[in-house]
Amino acid sequence: MKRLAGRGRINQDRTISFTWDGRAMSAHPGDTVASVLLANGIRVLGSSVLMNRPRGVVTDTMSDPNAFGQIGTGESSEPLMRLTQVEVYEGLTAMSRIHKGVLPTGTDTGRFEKRHAHCDVLVAGAGPAGLAAALAAAEAGARVLLVDEHPHLGGSLLGEDVVIDDRPAHLWVAEVEQRLRDNPAVTILTRTTVFNVGDQGAIALMQRVSEHLPEAKRRGRALRRMWQVRTHELVVATGATERPLVFPNNDRPGVMLAAGVRGYLHRYGLVPERAVVFTTNDDAYRTVLDLINAGVDVTRVVDVRPDPQGWLPRRARELGVEVRGGSVVMDTTAAADGALAGVVVAPLGGGETELITCDVLAVSGGWDPLFDLHHYLGGTARWDEQLLAFVQDNVVAGQRVTGAAAGIFGTTACRRDGHLIGLVAAEATGFGSATSGPAAPEAADVTEQAPADFVRVAAVDGDESHSFVDHHRDVTMAGIERALNSGITNVEHLKRYTLVGTGTEQGRTAKVNAGRLAADHFDLDFHMIGVSNARPPSQPVTFGSFAGRALGARFDPVRTTAIHSWHVAHGAVFEDVGQWKRPWFFPQGTEDMDAAVLRECAAVREGVGMMDASTLGKIDLRGKDVGVFLDRLYTGTMGTLKVGRARYGVMCKADGMVFDDGVVLRVAEDNFVATTTTGGAAGVLDWMEDFLQTEWPDLDVWLTSVTEQWATVAVVGPQVRTVMSTLAPELDVTQDSFKFMQVEDAVVAGMPARVARISFSGELAFEINVPTTSGLAMWEAVFAAGEPYGITPYGTEAMHVLRAEKGYFIVGQETDGTVTPLDLGLDWMIADKEFVGRRSLRRTDMLREDRKQLVGILPVDPNDRLPEGAQLIETAEYEIPVAMIGHVTSSYESAAMGRTFGLALVRGGRSRIGETIYAPLLDRTVAVELVDPIIFDAEGTRRDG
Amino acid sequence: MDPNEHALHNAPFLWRNPEPKSSYDAVIVGGGLHGLSTAYYLVKNHGLTNIAVVERGWIGNGNAVRNTTIIRSNYLWDESAAMYEHALQLWEGWGEELDYDILFSQRGVLNLAHNLHDERESIRRVNANRLNGVDAEWLDAEAVKEFCPIVDISPEARYPVMGATLQRRGGIARHDAVIFALGRACDALGVDIIQGCEVTDIDVVDGRVTGLQTSRGPIAAGKVGLVAAGRTSLLTAMAGFAVPIQSHPLQALVSEVYEQILNCVVMSNAVHVYVSQAHKGELVMGAGIDAFNSYAQRGGLHVIEEQMSAGMQLFPQFSRARVLRTWGGIVDVCPDASPIVGLTPVENLYVNCGWGTGGFKATPGSGYVMAHTIATGEPHALNRPFSLTRFETGELIDEHGAAAVAH
Amino acid sequence: MFQIRCPYCGPRDEPEFKYGGQAHVAYPADPEQLSDEEWTRFLFVRDNSRGRYAERWNHAAGCRRWFNVIRDTGTHEMVGSYRSGERPEDAR
Repeated sequence: MKRLAGRGRINQDRTISFTWDGRAMSAHPGDTVASVLLANGIRVLGSSVLMNRPRGVVTDTMSDPNAFGQIGTGESSEPLMRLTQVEVYEGLTAMSRIHKGVLPTGTDTGRFEKRHAHCDVLVAGAGPAGLAAALAAAEAGARVLLVDEHPHLGGSLLGEDVVIDDRPAHLWVAEVEQRLRDNPAVTILTRTTVFNVGDQGAIALMQRVSEHLPEAKRRGRALRRMWQVRTHELVVATGATERPLVFPNNDRPGVMLAAGVRGYLHRYGLVPERAVVFTTNDDAYRTVLDLINAGVDVTRVVDVRPDPQGWLPRRARELGVEVRGGSVVMDTTAAADGALAGVVVAPLGGGETELITCDVLAVSGGWDPLFDLHHYLGGTARWDEQLLAFVQDNVVAGQRVTGAAAGIFGTTACRRDGHLIGLVAAEATGFGSATSGPAAPEAADVTEQAPADFVRVAAVDGDESHSFVDHHRDVTMAGIERALNSGITNVEHLKRYTLVGTGTEQGRTAKVNAGRLAADHFDLDFHMIGVSNARPPSQPVTFGSFAGRALGARFDPVRTTAIHSWHVAHGAVFEDVGQWKRPWFFPQGTEDMDAAVLRECAAVREGVGMMDASTLGKIDLRGKDVGVFLDRLYTGTMGTLKVGRARYGVMCKADGMVFDDGVVLRVAEDNFVATTTTGGAAGVLDWMEDFLQTEWPDLDVWLTSVTEQWATVAVVGPQVRTVMSTLAPELDVTQDSFKFMQVEDAVVAGMPARVARISFSGELAFEINVPTTSGLAMWEAVFAAGEPYGITPYGTEAMHVLRAEKGYFIVGQETDGTVTPLDLGLDWMIADKEFVGRRSLRRTDMLREDRKQLVGILPVDPNDRLPEGAQLIETAEYEIPVAMIGHVTSSYESAAMGRTFGLALVRGGRSRIGETIYAPLLDRTVAVELVDPIIFDAEGTRRDG
Repeated sequence: MDPNEHALHNAPFLWRNPEPKSSYDAVIVGGGLHGLSTAYYLVKNHGLTNIAVVERGWIGNGNAVRNTTIIRSNYLWDESAAMYEHALQLWEGWGEELDYDILFSQRGVLNLAHNLHDERESIRRVNANRLNGVDAEWLDAEAVKEFCPIVDISPEARYPVMGATLQRRGGIARHDAVIFALGRACDALGVDIIQGCEVTDIDVVDGRVTGLQTSRGPIAAGKVGLVAAGRTSLLTAMAGFAVPIQSHPLQALVSEVYEQILNCVVMSNAVHVYVSQAHKGELVMGAGIDAFNSYAQRGGLHVIEEQMSAGMQLFPQFSRARVLRTWGGIVDVCPDASPIVGLTPVENLYVNCGWGTGGFKATPGSGYVMAHTIATGEPHALNRPFSLTRFETGELIDEHGAAAVAH
Repeated sequence: MFQIRCPYCGPRDEPEFKYGGQAHVAYPADPEQLSDEEWTRFLFVRDNSRGRYAERWNHAAGCRRWFNVIRDTGTHEMVGSYRSGERPEDAR
């Protein structure tokens, strides 16, 4: 195409350059990549994926099935960008890749943001209907958000030569825009697309913020922004899109949609050398008239209708254009590059053919209202026999469709309908009155003659393999016919059989034609066939935009304790437990993990160790009924706990499976603190609140999570009393004064603290709880006080080894949601009272003797450490498949025992203690002896020091 | 390339569109993949001849076209492993048996582990799989990178990859082709596939099913199999009993089409991602289940946002990949995340539901054992544990508890 | 993404809430008296109907109160919400 000086909504006074496949292109501000390629004579954009056919620009909108390319280079290049939308800027690089993209490697340097907003009326589309709706709603008092995908308001008016109120349409647009911008309750978002409609007015938008600017001008701004808007009313004013026609070789570059041709004229000042127009309707004559007006040779209008007599065809004839009624384009010819060289025209139904040379064939098969947004919440459509188009069939609450999207064509009609819809939407949100609002515009649009119900020109030789229904997926009439002869009777099956309509442009130029061809084939009414459903997003959205800034560390918050900086400074290796970072072990020098853990364990058993236990969940319970409440949730009794004492407890879900465990402290008559597992804290609070609020609202209990309010330092080992005496000289830590499971408020290292004698290792141990702000100071004080005694910080791995030696299970390691307290040998903790889940323990499967039960295991070879997760079988020799009788849940090397050991769940395990079973591994089979879970210090003599 | 390459994957003739007869020996309610598979095996394995599949919409219009086509059998519990492994073995010969290019590609399924708990449970599962005769391997992070070069294994990641289980025999298939293949095979075996036929009531006389009321008239039936996934509760209510399933939205999406970049299936429980790249080049990715009950076939956008953040943790280079279409299926989930396949309180009425997020991969096996159950009136050994009565005894097959990825 | 009306705080976006399943299913007063079948029904069987459904939500990232919502499981229409102790008919 060639550029006309002074035409188009571009700035022809300025020239900018960018590259297409490495070639420099000359462009003007306001151009898109597609317009520049056309202006530079690049008609062939690339080849189709399946059939390797040359393809070119078809139209100037997002419906174009071919105009795609890779934009940018390096790790931030983006495949399959819409060349009809990408605005050129100095330095842009674009590459030809039309239907299949290449994902860049590396980490994207672009930034994608998110924003949330509320409004009363959201208007999608700023064409004549959308502008009128937005203005009417805004002036009625509603908060309006007006959204349009183009850089400028006006919608279809940007690509038309239309007069509104006796002046060029752009002056009307400018006036409406000014009134909207002057209204503080109105927000206008251009370069923005509504891509999803959710329940209760949840609208998702994608805004192009800075991607249309040269790199230097982006200045750190996000490339795009995803908006999530909650609106009362949605006005769908998304316009309509033109349908092509199906005929042999209809995919040659240069075969374009008629409205696209006039769009390139009005928006970009581009015109063909010589055009032919092929139409079923009057609208295409607007292209004819506009091209004539621009001095273009419109050689012929080929109209399917026998006698086009509307005002527009008559006007075309008056201007000297040869209008041939009852005719069709039956084939096209190609130039050397594969682009259009000419068209073969013949009377409909056969007759003498004529070859007409042209560089552009402007085609119109009618118009399809675009109301995808209406479908997302279950909106339906019906085929309108007068319009020959789908229109909405039902009303979706909170949504209104207007303008061309509602099948209303003509600028004045769209303005009138938009105005009324805007008033109605505002009224629905409590603003103004639809019946007494300002009057709608009164004027008539040009009357048009009815379009022809016509889709395709059959190939003369019967070879339909070059008559394209879907350019993007290379679906031809032959493919459609093959599918329809297979027994398929449904458009969804047709879509899946042929892939018609599944392209990146959502099949906008293909779906309706495919459905109509299916209806023709079965000789059915079209409404019985329909089209495949539109599914969100209405335009593709990058993964990066969905992710926004929730990447890396922001994907999920990291929780650290008050003492974390100390752990880091002392070389801790961390373990992720839920969101928490916990020290796993503290390697010294060149120690590996095993060496570090052995050293840490030995220190606890022989001297004194310290551990950061702050991550355990802590729930503060207050009120006179806390005891009753806890008794109903824990398997054991808590209500009888004396003030200043603590007790271990286990909770089940209603199904009787162990859910969480921890120590409960009674710190005052009406104040308990329940500790939970690190990972289970939130779930336990939820669980407690649920029962408290919904089952037992009569109980006087108040729950507060205090996990992050307290830091906990566990000081553990035979020498702990010495350290404690140094730290808290006022506190009597002798056995008689400070018993196991006793809780005391005390001053430790000069800080007020709550000290509890709780042990998860079997050793004498004190847990010092202080407000989080004192956590680090307390840790440092304990470390300093313990240093003369070689106090050893230890991590979760040593803690796990120590507890396993004592047969203490860990929720989530020894349990997996299928393990009851009885399976764990906790019969002694099932008090004689009702608690949540108790009834489940009586079900037949729970009473089976061969349930998996917790046991200890000792590999017969004391140096062989099993992998956790090893399965257990009866015999040393086996053939696959083999029956498994249990699995290893924990497996460690014990410093205290000088050997390996573990815990396992084994069928009927408790009655099999003393037996040997086998762990079959890839490289060996390990014999293990089943033993009592308490392997070390079974008498519990170490607990009191 | 052949001009109609993709169309030629599909057979020139698929099925008749018969009118319903007044009576059948057995009627399968639900023309999804499991329903068609059941009908297929009723004829092929059990020699029944007078059967119909009734489908309210078009065949395959439910979860058959709303899944991520992942096929694997590396389940933890013996009962599940046996069921899914049987299905996987059938998949391995199914394309040939059905004489259809279903693009079954055994490209390997990675289940990533991101913390010590994941690692322990993964190794437990690998060991259990191996001893059950299911192929399974544990890969450390370096080996994961070697197998799937585009996974980010940097230790600084918020959820670092510590390793993965690999089932090399796992993979994907083309779901649309499976619909066509099964529909054609059933039709060729004489099964009446009746589309656009909604069941409005189930006739039960003296505790025994006798037929169906449908939108296309009454149909008498000697036996009835309900294979209706998320809509099962609506059907069992007609027969006077309830099944312990809840129907939830499960969203998934496809991207635009890209040159091959991802060579296997990657799943991660901890960050809720499962992704593969289909033959045509689009990335297919699943999200988590929306928590609420729904029959609306849509879920919340925030679920997709979370899924995309999660995906970007593992594959930073997906940033400029674009979501082309999202959809929501209705998944029917049992309390133990395992299916129900077997007898019901109504004589001659059988139920197959509760596959949750795992149905596609079970297609051949589910139909196989359901057909056995319907034909003989007794469950097959493989589906005996998956009875409706297990909820009463407590003998559950708890796949959530077992932390196996249930997709 | 739903918008849910918390009866204590007003309308909020769904991610602030946690779902709690079917409403008005009380923990049995005396579980020991129930047969296995009755207990199973309580544990595992919940209404799974299409249409208006009374369900529980917790305003987890807000006031943390549990309340009930009437929602249509076929269309996602939010008919209304009500506090515990109020009747479904009072939903608004």
